[in-house]
Amino acid sequence: MATTHVATREAEVHVEPHKVVNDLSIQVATVNGSGSQTANSVLLRAIFQMGIPVSGKNLFPSNIAGLPTWFTIRASKHGYIARRKEIDFLVAMNPETADEDVRDLRPGSAVVYDERLNLKRLRDDCVFYPVPFDQLVAPCCPDAKLRKLVRNMIYDGVLAKLLGIEMEEIHKALFKQFRKKAKAAELNWGAARAGYEFTAKNLPKADRFFLQRMDATQGKIIIDGNAAAALGALFAGVTVVTWYPITPSSTLCETLTDYVKRYRIDPETKKATFAVVQAEDELAAIGMVLGAGWAGARAMTATSGPGISLMAEFVGLGYYAEVPAVIFDVQRVGPSTGLPTRTAQGDILSTAFLSHGDTKHPILFPCSVEECYSMAIEAFDLAEELQTPIFVMMDLDLGMNNWMADPFPYPQKPMARGKVLTAEDVERLGQFERYRDVDGDGIGYRTLPGTNHPLAGYFTRGSGHNEKAAYTERPSDYVNNMNRLARKFETARQRVPGPVFQEAAKAEVGIIAYGSSHWAVLESLDQLKQERDLEADYCRVRAFPFNQQVKDFVRRHRWIYVVEQNRDAQLAQLLRLELDAEEAKKLRSVRHYNGLPIDARSVTDSIVRQEEEK
Amino acid sequence: MATTTTPPAPPKKVNRLGLEIAAYKGHRSTLCAGCGHNAITERIIEAFYELGIEPHRVAKLSGIGCSSKSPAYFLSTAYGFNAVHGRMPSIATGAMLANRTLVAIGVSGDGDTASIGIGQFVHLMRRNLPMIYIIEDNGVYGLTKGQFSATADLGSKLKTGVVNDLPAIDTCALAILLGATYVARSFSGDKRQLLALLEGAVAHRGTAMLDVISPCVTFNDHEGSTKSYSYVKDHDEPLADVSFVPFFQDISVDYEPGTATEITLHDGSRLLLKKLAAEHDPTQKVEALRVLTEAHDKGEIVTGLFYVDTKSKDFLELLNLVDEPLATLPESRVRPPQQVLDEVMEELR
Repeated sequence: MATTHVATREAEVHVEPHKVVNDLSIQVATVNGSGSQTANSVLLRAIFQMGIPVSGKNLFPSNIAGLPTWFTIRASKHGYIARRKEIDFLVAMNPETADEDVRDLRPGSAVVYDERLNLKRLRDDCVFYPVPFDQLVAPCCPDAKLRKLVRNMIYDGVLAKLLGIEMEEIHKALFKQFRKKAKAAELNWGAARAGYEFTAKNLPKADRFFLQRMDATQGKIIIDGNAAAALGALFAGVTVVTWYPITPSSTLCETLTDYVKRYRIDPETKKATFAVVQAEDELAAIGMVLGAGWAGARAMTATSGPGISLMAEFVGLGYYAEVPAVIFDVQRVGPSTGLPTRTAQGDILSTAFLSHGDTKHPILFPCSVEECYSMAIEAFDLAEELQTPIFVMMDLDLGMNNWMADPFPYPQKPMARGKVLTAEDVERLGQFERYRDVDGDGIGYRTLPGTNHPLAGYFTRGSGHNEKAAYTERPSDYVNNMNRLARKFETARQRVPGPVFQEAAKAEVGIIAYGSSHWAVLESLDQLKQERDLEADYCRVRAFPFNQQVKDFVRRHRWIYVVEQNRDAQLAQLLRLELDAEEAKKLRSVRHYNGLPIDARSVTDSIVRQEEEK
Repeated sequence: MATTTTPPAPPKKVNRLGLEIAAYKGHRSTLCAGCGHNAITERIIEAFYELGIEPHRVAKLSGIGCSSKSPAYFLSTAYGFNAVHGRMPSIATGAMLANRTLVAIGVSGDGDTASIGIGQFVHLMRRNLPMIYIIEDNGVYGLTKGQFSATADLGSKLKTGVVNDLPAIDTCALAILLGATYVARSFSGDKRQLLALLEGAVAHRGTAMLDVISPCVTFNDHEGSTKSYSYVKDHDEPLADVSFVPFFQDISVDYEPGTATEITLHDGSRLLLKKLAAEHDPTQKVEALRVLTEAHDKGEIVTGLFYVDTKSKDFLELLNLVDEPLATLPESRVRPPQQVLDEVMEELR
């Protein structure tokens, strides 16, 4: 291979002549609705079971059947789990995209493909493995109607043989997947074996990629962020869940519904200790959450950008009338309908200040499935302690893709229900003023509807109100109330999860990132050090409002790269609002917004380019 | 000097809880003098007082508009929530999910319900959430100074001379079609009928929807309006003479056979409907819709209980909720134990 043609440094690093073990990415290109999901997750799980760190990303269209879809599996002995741009092993099952998919490969990559596609004609610097899928599927699946669904399992067998994935692990993963459908499992197992045997006989190994058992996944789990957040809500003791279906958040509430049906039926009465309501739209969903939060329930909804926009008016009421609410925003690509099945961090600014007038909201940024779980729990505590809507900003990549994680810890703290007065409390105090700042933290005491005391009742309103919750348009009342709400926001600043640091010694450059960008940044830090000898400190912010530590981090560095997945550098803008003018000048941006999960190479390239420009 | 003894004060009238009617009053109304809404407020106070509902159990809910201010004018020790425009139903739904022991009464207007709030209205009726939903219906937007609403009748005239050229939405017909289980229309000026229908609504379990024609003295009480005091008085055709007997009063009422219908409501209270002009069976949905359609064609405003269904399950029953309020269940009942987390983690390995 002529190295002179390799223009980018990237290729120099990665194109090695020798064996590559436990460091590759596989891309499976199929047609949406062809049942490839089973084959892909079995593949992912089998690699995981071999102890190799692995991640999977489903890149799918807004469509039920017929459009192209890709599933990327990355195995990394280093534990890198961000998306990798470069593909080493392509499984080309979709005639529509096969040519382009093959042309995009780097030299030395391997292609497993349906032999009818005749892809070998396209180039001679890759390794081609033609497989007669139709011929192989017929004998192991007599029912012609089922062949379409079983056919994809063949490539699991092919890859197992070519890469060295243990067939026992494929078997184990497959039977775990089809727990209650032994017949379907057998059928699929037959197809995987057929692929394996065909490869053993006909396809000699010609590429350099190998998978070998290691011991880096012991005890870990695989879960998507939506399910993790659902578990968080379950253990947070959620009682009211109201939602409207929207990709990519729907499975959060659906999974939660499965969990509460299983674990939250009263053993004695067989009645539900929860209510799940599929609302007529997002306006009703958030309205029900606020109604329930007002009446004392732990209430939540989950949505995505368009739903957040619809909730704007009600969220302003929640802020001003001070009603607890938890809202999960599983972000997708906007504006408008945008790319509904692609990922972004594009709702940061609009959510931080959602609604009209002076409004601002605490928003949390989980970066992992563990944090989807733990921040879900924390969000319910914060909502009730701060008596305000709390947003948990996830994204499609985090929410819908499978991630490895350590098992989640059981909550260590009891539920924090905030400042709620009982009838006895009101009796003892002899008075009750809903919006009086008794403790100086900006948070008043509330009573719940149904509290049996003549002084406990009050009127909740979105119109001007004084400390006693009575209607007012007096300038001083309005100012007092708004200033108290600002004080409450300062309390929130101290209560929300603080940043997490990873610091090198005496680094001049800092990186700030949040949410799912974290994984690409971790990898990029290594790349910068290994390839450029550039050491950088890293501050992962976990919530807005930012606390003093974030400001100090900016102060300590000569300049800061803010890494995020949107066009307008939304978190950088939020930071600028809170930094002194001189400090704000230090911020530079690394932005990734093409709908695909951010990758380390893009971060590294952008930082290197900006370093060279300086 | 002759000593005079003051005669003992007459015992204050109290309800079955020992509460005076003052306990059911609210703040002074800031609506216009003569506004129909104030009369409705009076009837709400009477109904809750007479039935002996504990004020602390009551959730008063509203949206935005003149009508939506009125919850501040009754039951001042109850819990109120003045929501956003047209979205009171979702707040009511959430509140009832959180605490099923509350008595929810929502006060809306024709704009708040039939225009901006029609979506949430429709779904509230469909869910049959246990609550009382009152539309204070005057056909105009008062707070924004007199624009037509979607319940204004075709051909009705504004003060400015503008004529409404779109048909009215009949909220009663809509509610019946959608699944509300207690649907009535009344007139703010008909004290007796309105009180009986309101008391029936309190005793009913399910969505009780009352459309109450409530003239706007400032913007819609003139010649050419079909929602003025004089027009409604002239065109009001009550379906039946309604009286209400609460469950705690043992009163037998005798009617000649065939002249009255008696309906037993969820708490054992009874509604007695004494036949006036024509026969009406309020348990028949088709019959109710026929009455409404015919009255509309004749230009009459028919009032009374159109439809009642005491058998359908309400939304909270469908959800199979525990008897206690979800809001205050202790941690031990809402946070599953460690072993549940262990079990889930094991499945994900």
